[in-house]
Amino acid sequence: MTAPTMPHTWTGRVRARALRDLPPDQLLPEHQPVYVASWIYVFGVLTLAAFLVVLGTGGVLALKGPQWWHRSSTGHYFNSLHLWSVELFMAFMVIHLWGKFFMAAWRGKRAMTWITGAVCFLGSIGTAFTGYLIQSNLDSQWISTQAKDGLNAAGIGSFFNVTDFGQMLMWHIALLPFVVGVLIAVHILQVRRRGVVPPMEIDLRDRVPEQMTP
Amino acid sequence: MVISHLIAAPVNLDHPGHYVHWGVIQLSLANLIVIAVMVVIFIAALLLPFPKDRNRR
Repeated sequence: MTAPTMPHTWTGRVRARALRDLPPDQLLPEHQPVYVASWIYVFGVLTLAAFLVVLGTGGVLALKGPQWWHRSSTGHYFNSLHLWSVELFMAFMVIHLWGKFFMAAWRGKRAMTWITGAVCFLGSIGTAFTGYLIQSNLDSQWISTQAKDGLNAAGIGSFFNVTDFGQMLMWHIALLPFVVGVLIAVHILQVRRRGVVPPMEIDLRDRVPEQMTP
Repeated sequence: MVISHLIAAPVNLDHPGHYVHWGVIQLSLANLIVIAVMVVIFIAALLLPFPKDRNRR
């Protein structure tokens, strides 16, 4: 019997690491622990569903352009779908954050799950903000000029220009959605790797016998 | 007539926004309502029973 050999190519090492950290039945499980049967555990997947609607409606708006979303009734409809899916995305994400904060979801080596979620939240705020800047109406002019003063006062105005429509358009439809999408993917893979965090009382109950052992 | 005005008031955006003030904190009424609804949903999610899966072993 021969010992398993370490792959000598980077693709082989990536495959070996992926299979070690995320075996297929853990990556796509058919069952979850019984404590997951609670409404508070639903808000993560609701956030993901809203994100997919945001991406889909945003793609349609990008294809058709500002004249369409400002002047046609179908354009107004898709513009509203994009706005309200973002509203739901942010609301579901914040409720998800509240739930995970109060159950200290970083327990059990889940620090990276927590960190990727928190950074994703910050990235989503930036993406939503740049969306307001590219509405191409008086509202976006007002927001960009107000934000310019605030960002300059904070000392970060030299890195980007919120009144530059082209720059903010590229940030909103390419750079930031890519960053948020990658962070969401890593966040979900971390959830699959470490599992859904158990309620505190279950975690504490499981630890009591170990602590009482002399 | 009065009822239609009451119903139309929350959705009519053709007027300056209403704001509430607590010291240095200034918050639009619309945002305050959204936050209140989110808190209600959060509490409901903690308290409401989750439907049981009959097929689950």
